[in-house]
Amino acid sequence: MNQAIKDKFALTAIWTCALITILFLVWMLWHILSNGLSYVSWEFVTSSYSAIGKASGIWSMIVSTIYMVVLSISIAAPLGIMTALFLTEYAKPSSNSVKVIRFCTESLAGIPSIIYGLFGMTFFVVTLGLGFSILSGALTLSILILPVIIRTTEEALLAVPQAYREAAYGLGASKIYTIWRVILPSAMPGIITAVILSTGRIIGESAPVFLTAGMVTRIPESVFDSGRTLTVHLYKLTQELFTIHEWNQAYATATVLIMLVLAINVITKIIGKQLNKANY
Amino acid sequence: MNNKIFSSISALSLLLSSAAIAGNTVTVSGSTSVTGLMEVLAETYQLQQNDYIEVQGTGSGAGIRAAKEGTSMIGMSSRPVATDELGKDVQQFVMALDGIAVAVNNQNPIKNLSIEQVKAIYTGDINNWSQVGGDDQAIVAVTREVGSGTRGAFEDIMGLTRKINDITVTAISARAQVQSGNGSIKTLVANNSAAIGFISLGSVDESLAALQIEGVDATKANIQTGDYGIARPFVLMAANSPEPEAQQFIDYIMSSEGQQVIADHGYIEVK
Amino acid sequence: MTDIIDTQLANLSNKKELSQELKRRAMRTDYLGTFFKYLFFLSAFIGVLSVATIGYFLFYEGIPAIKHAGLIEFLSGREWLPPALYGIASMIVASLVSSLGAVIIGVPIAILCAVFLAEIAPKWLANLVRPAIELLAGIPSVVYGFFGLVIIVPAIQTLFNIPAGSTLLAAIIVLSVMILPTVITIAETSIRAVPSTYKEGALALGASQVYTIFKVILPAARSGILAGIVLGVARAVGETMAIIMVMGNAPAMPNSLLESARSLTANIALEMSYATGMHASSLYATGIVLLIFVMLLNACLLYLNRQRAYS
Repeated sequence: MNQAIKDKFALTAIWTCALITILFLVWMLWHILSNGLSYVSWEFVTSSYSAIGKASGIWSMIVSTIYMVVLSISIAAPLGIMTALFLTEYAKPSSNSVKVIRFCTESLAGIPSIIYGLFGMTFFVVTLGLGFSILSGALTLSILILPVIIRTTEEALLAVPQAYREAAYGLGASKIYTIWRVILPSAMPGIITAVILSTGRIIGESAPVFLTAGMVTRIPESVFDSGRTLTVHLYKLTQELFTIHEWNQAYATATVLIMLVLAINVITKIIGKQLNKANY
Repeated sequence: MNNKIFSSISALSLLLSSAAIAGNTVTVSGSTSVTGLMEVLAETYQLQQNDYIEVQGTGSGAGIRAAKEGTSMIGMSSRPVATDELGKDVQQFVMALDGIAVAVNNQNPIKNLSIEQVKAIYTGDINNWSQVGGDDQAIVAVTREVGSGTRGAFEDIMGLTRKINDITVTAISARAQVQSGNGSIKTLVANNSAAIGFISLGSVDESLAALQIEGVDATKANIQTGDYGIARPFVLMAANSPEPEAQQFIDYIMSSEGQQVIADHGYIEVK
Repeated sequence: MTDIIDTQLANLSNKKELSQELKRRAMRTDYLGTFFKYLFFLSAFIGVLSVATIGYFLFYEGIPAIKHAGLIEFLSGREWLPPALYGIASMIVASLVSSLGAVIIGVPIAILCAVFLAEIAPKWLANLVRPAIELLAGIPSVVYGFFGLVIIVPAIQTLFNIPAGSTLLAAIIVLSVMILPTVITIAETSIRAVPSTYKEGALALGASQVYTIFKVILPAARSGILAGIVLGVARAVGETMAIIMVMGNAPAMPNSLLESARSLTANIALEMSYATGMHASSLYATGIVLLIFVMLLNACLLYLNRQRAYS
């Protein structure tokens, strides 16, 4: 009897907690989408930002964000994949070099993003003289996403059955040929997941971005130009502007960000399904 | 696979190569208070010629540093800049004047404060509105962050500084809330009936109420006559012999056309 | 590519020629193999290099301020008055209290939510809730901050009838939601990793489902859950933008949860672009303190993971 009451109580608590989590998410999404959705239009997304006119589109921020994502991933993905290859295919798991590399990657994952901003601003912007630019931002962010790419790729590589490797070697293939033609293709869905996860991370970061890439609202012409990503734009909107019109912009920008995150999650899900279908 | 790599390399090189260069870029950085006005000036200027003006709102302190170290062609400051802060290779221009409005919520019955009262509110000596003739409600003082030109000018004009170990530091109470932009101070004051904050006069609108100081309205006219004393210059800094494109842009700002834009946006022209 | 070489090979009728060609190819692949091996090693080393460079710059820039103020003074000083006094005690307290508060509110909810996903919810419901939690994980922190600014701060103001809602409490609430997805995901994984024989054994002995969950499964998944909590704390300590938007940032020692405060991260983000000289150095020193906190948490995590591997 006593246990039955306890059980009921515990079950209620469990359901309540799940409900709280979901309700909070729904509340937050509803609040932002209901205020922002009506201001998101084709024109808002594709027109440029202007300080004089009434035009207040976010096209230049979208372009900056795309630059940032493409460049950071072009830097971090090859490095991360090669690191994962070294850790899984070459190094002995117990060797000291592996321990050091693993410890450092774990540490990188734990460092708060504001410290990346501090570092990027000192090292890339000032010491290397790259200035506030997409390049400085992307270099900083590529270190930040490196652990995500390494870890996810490693998992994908470990999931490739040992039999594939043995079969390839048995046929006389060299190690590098096996990696290139057998292991990497089988691990491809996992690697793509790594890239998409990092995309989400890059889109979401703000502090390390505005400390390194600045916040100019123009469409960047090259990676040496400063640019303002969507997330930085939302932060700036809440800090520097005020009128109702500008609040609506903030809600609309938040709405676009949430939609992007939603799209990224859906794509990751689809690829994950693909991964499960692959015959291992 | 090779094709993919090749195409991604070519895509990367496309990113790296600068697209058809329309004109030169003039880099401007500094005060967040000046940035809003500077963006407007930059856009109007860009309509006339090919140079691009790149404006970064980093803060007055950073603007002074950028002009001194040459990392930006033009630095912006929203407080007066001492000559020894700049070194002899850098010149400065006052491009506009701007008042600092002490603003409260629209529901606040207080319409006028003396300089001493404002000072006491910010040092924390007065902490209830009833002490200055208002409702019995705790005061929420809101300030900008250390290094902000608006804060620096406000502290200097109001005498809100003190000395510790012979170093001048702020006298604004550590309990005051810190917000990092005119906009966020406006948001806070407009939504909180107990709040008081100081913002650029050019950004005051109907969402909050600018107080009279010593019975004088915070208006452009009163600043021009000198009756409203809480005003500071917007300062531009550039090398003694700046790049021609930077000089051209400065000339534009100081021209009657540029000054007209400044006046149209609620700031005080200097010519 | 390979086809061409192979026909070349087939055309070599002479045995001696064939063996020479094979030898040459073996040599070449070996060079290639070695080249790639070292290339991979070098890229793996980039991570190490990054940690070293970040650490070096942080300490190189930050040490002068700690020397200037004195380590004890810097850590225990209550007054932050650049350029005269650099004391970050109030910020250390704010960071610790806000993270701790987030753990106290967020962790129980997260663990029960993980139990819900792993043990209680029907499969279809779990498959609906899980993507929602992943969405929660992906939302940028600026969006959380924005939501906190427009909803939670005014709510606290009216609820507690205090002059300003930007308080430690607002930060705690925002942070506890932000750490939910981290803790839930890891806790769920470790609950699922508990061997099903444990559960079956307990149920066969007549224990109820709830009793089994709390007395058998959760204790067995303990180290995994703890690892999730540690990661959650790390996320809370390192969070910047959301905190700046809701905590008021006053650099004074908070006396209660209903007062404004400034976290270590906010101190860096707010003043970095302005600071010069010793002031800038003191912000790097703030970064060192933050880094040491996170490294301590990482060490806990390493220890917990080793324990988990042990059991």
